[in-house]
Amino acid sequence: MDTYSAMREFADSWGLLAMFLFFIGANAYVFLRPYARNIADNAASIPFKED
Amino acid sequence: MTKISHVGLLAVATFGALVLAGLSPDPLFRLHFGLITAVLLLGTVVAMRFATVAPKAKPVAKTRDGDVEYMDEVIRYGTIATLLWGIAGFLIGVIVAAQLTWPALFNFEPFFTFGRMRPLHTSAVIFAFGGNALLATSFYCVQRTSRARLFGGDLAWFVFWGYQLFIVMAATGYLLGITQGKEYAEPEWYVDLWLTVVWVAYLVVFLGTILMRREPHIYVANWFYLAMIITIAMLHLVNNAAIPISFLATKSVPVWAGVQDALTQWWYGHNAVGFFLTAGFLGMMYYFVPKQAERPVYSYRLSIAHFWSLIFLYIWAGPHHLHYTALPDWAQTLGMVFSIMLWMPSWGGMINGLMTLNGAWDKVRTDPIIRMFVIALAFYGMSTFEGPMMSIKAVNSLSHYTDWTIGHVHSGALGWVGMVSFASLYYMVPKLWGRPRLYSLRMINWHFWLATVGIVIYAAALWVSGITQGLMWREYDAQGYLVYSFVESVAVLHPYYIARTIAGLLYLAGAIIMLVNVVQTIRGKERQEVPMGSPVLAAA
Amino acid sequence: MSETSGNWFIRNHAKVERNATLLLGLSLVTVAIGGVVELAPLFYLENTIEKVDGMRPYSPLELAGRNVYIREGCYNCHSQMIRPFRDEVERYGHYSLAAESMYDRPFQWGSKRTGPDLARVGGRYSNEWHVAHLINPRDVVPESIMPPYSWLMSRELDPGLIVNQMQANAVLGVPYDAAMIENAAADFAVQVDPEGDSEGLLARYPKAVIADFDGQPDKLTEMDALVAYLQMLGTLVDFSTYDPVANTR
Repeated sequence: MDTYSAMREFADSWGLLAMFLFFIGANAYVFLRPYARNIADNAASIPFKED
Repeated sequence: MTKISHVGLLAVATFGALVLAGLSPDPLFRLHFGLITAVLLLGTVVAMRFATVAPKAKPVAKTRDGDVEYMDEVIRYGTIATLLWGIAGFLIGVIVAAQLTWPALFNFEPFFTFGRMRPLHTSAVIFAFGGNALLATSFYCVQRTSRARLFGGDLAWFVFWGYQLFIVMAATGYLLGITQGKEYAEPEWYVDLWLTVVWVAYLVVFLGTILMRREPHIYVANWFYLAMIITIAMLHLVNNAAIPISFLATKSVPVWAGVQDALTQWWYGHNAVGFFLTAGFLGMMYYFVPKQAERPVYSYRLSIAHFWSLIFLYIWAGPHHLHYTALPDWAQTLGMVFSIMLWMPSWGGMINGLMTLNGAWDKVRTDPIIRMFVIALAFYGMSTFEGPMMSIKAVNSLSHYTDWTIGHVHSGALGWVGMVSFASLYYMVPKLWGRPRLYSLRMINWHFWLATVGIVIYAAALWVSGITQGLMWREYDAQGYLVYSFVESVAVLHPYYIARTIAGLLYLAGAIIMLVNVVQTIRGKERQEVPMGSPVLAAA
Repeated sequence: MSETSGNWFIRNHAKVERNATLLLGLSLVTVAIGGVVELAPLFYLENTIEKVDGMRPYSPLELAGRNVYIREGCYNCHSQMIRPFRDEVERYGHYSLAAESMYDRPFQWGSKRTGPDLARVGGRYSNEWHVAHLINPRDVVPESIMPPYSWLMSRELDPGLIVNQMQANAVLGVPYDAAMIENAAADFAVQVDPEGDSEGLLARYPKAVIADFDGQPDKLTEMDALVAYLQMLGTLVDFSTYDPVANTR
C-alpha cells in the first residue's frame, strides 16, 4: 500500500476515533474539572470589575 | 498634540516615498508612490499644525493600584474611522450593484470599472470597516478586562494611522490597477509588507496589554481577538509570499502556482472570514453583549469549548471553495467534512450569546442596542447553518459560481459583522465621549429596521437569482441539448439585481442615520423623545 | 484518566488561561494543523505536480495580456475552471486539469460566473469578435452586463518590465530559458506580425497564436496582448491524445 492510501485508511478509522475522543475529553474536561463552576463564574465577571 | 519627533518621522517617510517614485522605471509604481507621497505630505502638514515642542506635563497615569487611566483617544479615532469607512464601503457596494444592473449607465472606464471597484468594495468593508471596528473594540475591551493601559505608549497610534495608510495604499492601488489578482488579498507586495509591520505592532500592543494585566485570568473575548491577530498574521504571510519582479515595480510573482496557489488562497480566503470576520467579532460579542445586557455570559465554560473547537475546525474548511475543481478529491472531502462539523461550535457560540439575555428578554423590546445584538446573532446562526449546507458537494455543484454565494456572504457580513459592530459602537460612543446617553434611541431603531429589511431583501433576491442561474446552466431539453445560452441566464437576473441595489441603499441609509446619531452624541446633544417600548406608543 | 494525570491537566490548563504567551502559542499550533495537513501533500502528490504534454510557459505577449486580465480584475466575474459535469463540459469543453494552471502565478480559477467560464475560450471566437466585444460588449451581445474596455485600443504596451517578470518566474521554477528571456522584447513584436519570421517564436512557444490582434498594424497595444492571451487559453493540451485514466483525481 502506498503512503497516501495508508494515511487515508488511518485517517478514516483510528485517526478519526482518536480525534473524536480527544474532542469529547477536552469538552468534558472544561465542564467537569473540579471547581469548574467557580473558575468560570470568576472569569465571566471580569467585564464588570472595571466600573 | 503630536510630538515634534513624529512630524520628523512623517517628513522622512514622505521624502522616502518621493525618492522611490522618482527612481522607479514602472509608470504605475511612480503614480502610486506619487499618491502615497501626497497622502504622507498631507499627514505631515496636519501633524505639524498640532505639534508641540514643549514637553507635555506627565499625566498622573497610576495613582494607586486599580486606578488606571485608559488610553481612549485612539479608540475614539477608531470609532469614527469605522463609521466613515463603513459608509464609504456600503456606498461603493451600492455603486457596484448598480454597475451590474445598468452597465452602460454606470460605466466609468478605466478607473472605476466593476473589475477594479469590486475589490475596492470588499476591501473597504472587510479591512477598512471591519478592521477599524476590530482595532477600536479590541483596544477598548483589552484595557477594561485587563484593567491596564494600552501597552507601548504611542505604538497604538502607530497601529491606527499605519492601518489607515494601508487602507489608502490598497484602495488607490486597486483603482490604478495594481493588484495581485487574488481575492481579498489584492494588495501588492509593498502594501503587504507595510501591513505586516503594522500588524506586528498591533500584536505587540494587544499582547503587551494582556501581559500587563491586573487580573489573573485572561477574559475569553481577548482569546478570540488574540487568535484573530495571530492567525491573520500567519495567513497573510503565507498567502502573500511572492517575489517582486523589481524593488521599484508594482508587480510580484507568487511563490505558489496553480493548484497549490488555489488552495493556499482559499485557505487564506476562508479563514479571513473565519478569523477576521468571525473570531474577531465573536470577541466583540463576548465583551459587549454581557456589558449591554448587564449580566455575565451565559456559560463561560461553553465559551472555552467554543473557542478551541472553532479555531481548530475553521482552518480546515478552505477547500469547500474548490469543490469539483482540479484540487484532489480527498482535500475537497476534508473541507466538506470540517465545514459541516463547524456548524456545531458556531451554533454553540450563538446560543451562548443569545442565552446571555436569559432573564432579560424584555430588553429586546426596550433597548434597541440589545435588539441589534440579537439580530446579529440570529444572522450569525443563519449564515453558519447556510455555510455548512453550501459546503456539501451536491449543493455546492449548484450554488458554486452563482449569486447564492454572494447572498450567503452578505447575510454574514451585513447581518452578523455589520450589526454586531454597530451595536458595539452604539455601546461605546457615550462612554468614550463621556455623555450620559446617546442622542437618540429611536434613531437606532430606524437604523435597525432599515438594515434588517435591507439584508432580508438582499439575501432573498440573491437566493432566487443564484438558484435560477444554477438551474438554467444545467437544464437540458428532451433532445438532450442545453436549453439556455449563458447570456440568457444573465438577462433573467436583471430584476433581482435591481432589488439588490435597493437593498444596499436601505442598508446605507441606516448607516447614515447612525452617523448623524453618533455625531450629535459627540456634540453633547440629547434628543427629547418618547422612550422605547412605552405603552403610549404601543397603543398608538 | 488517573487521579494524578487529571491533576496535571488541570494545573496546566489553568496556566493556559492565565498565560498569554502560552495561549498565543497553543492557538497558533491549533490553527496551523489544518493548513499543514491540507496544503503540504499538494507539493508531492502525483496528480497535482504531474506535467501534461503540451504545457509551456506563456509567451511574453500572452504574459503581458495576462497582466492586463489581472489588472482589470476579470477574475471577479470569469472563472477559468471547468468542473467535470455534463453541462459544463458541453458548454465550455473538457474539464480543467491541475497541470493546465501549473505555470499560473497567480492562479485565476475565479469563484464567480457573472460572465461565462474562460478556461477554454481560446480559438472559440475570432480576434475581430474579441476586439469588438472588448470595445463595447453590448455591440456584440446585447444582454451583456460587462464593462467596456475601449481604452485598451490606445494603450501602447510597455515591454519594459516583462523580462523582469519572466526572470522572477524562472527563479520560482517556471521553465523560461536563456533564449526566451533574451528574445522577450523581439517576441513581442513577432507575435503581432503575421508577415514576419515567427519560426523562433513558435519553437519557443508552440501553438502561440500570431496575428495583428487589434487590427492596428502600426501599434502594439494592450488590446493585442489581452486578445493574444484569451486566444491561447485552454488550447495547449491536446485532448485527443490525453489519457484521463492516468490522471485520476
